[in-house]
Amino acid sequence: MADAPHPTPPRPRPPKPALAAAERGAPVTGEPMTGAESVVRSLEAVGVDTVFGIPGGAILPVYDPLFDSSMRHILVRHEQGAGHAAQGYASATGKVGVCMATSGPGATNLVTPLADAHMDSVPMVAITGQVAESLIGTDGFQEADIVGITMPITKHSFLITDPAEIPARIAEAFHIASTGRPGPVLVDIAKSAMQAQTTHVWPPTHLDIPGYRPTAKPHLKQIKEAARLLATSRRPVLYVGGGAIRANAAAELEALTNLSGAPVVTTLMARGVLPDTHPQHLGMPGMHGTVAAVAALQKADLVVALGARFDDRVTGRLDSFAPGATVVHADIDPAEISKNRVADVPIVGDLKDVLVDLAAELEREQAQHGRPDVEGWWATLDRLRDTYPLGWTPTEDGLLAPQHVISRLGEISGPDSIYVAGVGQHQMWAAQFIRYQHPRTWLNSGGLGTMGYSVPAAMGAQVGRPDATVWAIDGDGCFQMTNQELATCALEGIPIKVAIINNSSLGMVRQWQTLFYDQRYSNTDLNTGHQSAQIPDFVKLAEAYGCVGLRCDKVADVDATIRKAEEIDDRPVVVDFVVSADAMVWPMVAAGVSNDDIQYAHGISPAFERDE
Amino acid sequence: MTRHTLSVLVENKPGVLTRVSALFARRAFNIHSLAVGPTEYPEISRITVVVDVESNPLEQVTKQLNKLVNVIKIVELAPTSSVQRELLLVKVKADDDARTAVLQVVELFRAHVVDVTPEAVTIEATGGEDKLRALLASLEPYGIREIVQSGAVAIGRGPKSMTDRALERIHRSA
Repeated sequence: MADAPHPTPPRPRPPKPALAAAERGAPVTGEPMTGAESVVRSLEAVGVDTVFGIPGGAILPVYDPLFDSSMRHILVRHEQGAGHAAQGYASATGKVGVCMATSGPGATNLVTPLADAHMDSVPMVAITGQVAESLIGTDGFQEADIVGITMPITKHSFLITDPAEIPARIAEAFHIASTGRPGPVLVDIAKSAMQAQTTHVWPPTHLDIPGYRPTAKPHLKQIKEAARLLATSRRPVLYVGGGAIRANAAAELEALTNLSGAPVVTTLMARGVLPDTHPQHLGMPGMHGTVAAVAALQKADLVVALGARFDDRVTGRLDSFAPGATVVHADIDPAEISKNRVADVPIVGDLKDVLVDLAAELEREQAQHGRPDVEGWWATLDRLRDTYPLGWTPTEDGLLAPQHVISRLGEISGPDSIYVAGVGQHQMWAAQFIRYQHPRTWLNSGGLGTMGYSVPAAMGAQVGRPDATVWAIDGDGCFQMTNQELATCALEGIPIKVAIINNSSLGMVRQWQTLFYDQRYSNTDLNTGHQSAQIPDFVKLAEAYGCVGLRCDKVADVDATIRKAEEIDDRPVVVDFVVSADAMVWPMVAAGVSNDDIQYAHGISPAFERDE
Repeated sequence: MTRHTLSVLVENKPGVLTRVSALFARRAFNIHSLAVGPTEYPEISRITVVVDVESNPLEQVTKQLNKLVNVIKIVELAPTSSVQRELLLVKVKADDDARTAVLQVVELFRAHVVDVTPEAVTIEATGGEDKLRALLASLEPYGIREIVQSGAVAIGRGPKSMTDRALERIHRSA
């Protein structure tokens, strides 16, 4: 943090700002500098240590003082990589991720990561250069109305044309991104404001977000009602979403879990928030969830949703989802409550507070009424768990079973590693077959489903957690969308490990073609795998990028290859696991059908005793 | 489908109207009319928006609007506890033969003539939606040349000010 050499003491204390983000950093009472310097000083003051970005015309003034800054700038190869890296950094650390790009195409390349961060509530600030104020609206060179373009996919955005506003808007951006329901904030700064002279003041004085008041304290009356229901219901389920991770509420969740005796399901975004080894954990619900998790929700008389949003991939056909359940819905975002499923007991608040209060009230209820009788419920669920465990059938073409590869990867690398998936079959298998024990060890693009998330997000996670082993688990399709960031990783000393689950095709689309389109494989063959043109050759590609490239196509070599990759820590490693294209993700609830129609494997429906 | 009037206090900053109207479009909510104007505080503007929704989606509308950082306060104004007005300017054919009859209609509806030419008169009227619809129906036989109509503006009945209370809360929390 740059310490201001002047003015001489005693310093008059500036008025106390309302935002925590503005309270960090050494005070500056008024130092002349350019707007660009003010940007860098403000970012330092809010506590930024890493920026992912690429310079260009309109952001160029900021890159000059950035050159001397204590912040680390990581030069990516594509702005989308910067955005996903900021997401990976944020998701792995809980801090705000920061990316930077120039105007026009630089800014529009951030659109996908911003949309992704918006869907998955990732705290992130994007700083973009804008053309000079006099050129705004004239279709100037590299001009794009990025504030307008990103309005629906950001939590908020600012356009700064007056350099005096820079510290306040940056402080507000970090405050908005990191409080309430987290999300991405875009700060678009005209080049003219960066070049103009200004007087930098910190903490900023004119903070101006009167309409932003995120709700924090849950309502006691609703908490009491939720506790009463939880104490008296016979078939309760805790339905836990990614909000539990964002709220850093893992310990509080485990306490409530133990106290309530209720089964727990963790969504795709929440994997790791409760250890997979916890006896009350039934796994993931939804389209590719476990039979026990899906059935628990369907048969429940009480669903307690905690930081979850009743996404269509969880509920299946909404009108037949959890038909017998009373719904308690706790979320920090009031707009999520009763959006898809009407909540009988709505609770708005920070999940950490909600869980603490709920546990306290539940304890009181249990002191009065005794522990709830959930034995019969557990007998049913245990039977489902035992009868329909997650598993896979051996491949028929002699190629590796992708589930085996991912399962071994999780076993060998262990629960302290961070796993970052792309989108598709490999993502579902990674969610199913790796046994997570800690929050923030499973990163993926859940809401938007962005192919190409994995490699840059893993890069960001590795930067944020330099001591952790970070595995990008990627598909051959996803990998080809953003693998240019291997250059960044190799040059910047970011030793991520990439496991390409190479089935030579767009596997999830191919699975749907197998099941729903008469095995007509329209445009899903990528020719990267066994007995194909093998373009590109991933091992050679890895080597061209200065990474170690390994290939594994025999089951006997899987463990040794993973161990070899684990031993390399001075460079990124890319492992090409050549797997069968015919492997499918099971169980599955087909899109738009009821969760009651879950298939355990192709053509096999579990026998539910519906009248229990 | 029912009609609701929302009075939305927003920060008087560039782009706020876009954020509000885009939100309606994005969430597939139907805007019937929309009026924007200043309030007694220069830093606050008011958007009066009339929406056609079922009651449950209305709750979604207000919740989603409240998430916009620039939105300060939202109040639903029920017809019984508020005054709602629209402004109508209408140009009607009125030559020497028809003018007297047209002016009688104007009189009847307590409207005003704001421009006269030998062939037409321009009439200004304010009122609720029903009154203006009735006025237009009465003028229809004479030949309507052009209609300009504002969105509804509305204010709660009684002594309380929505703006004051919103500002008080802001200053308390600052």
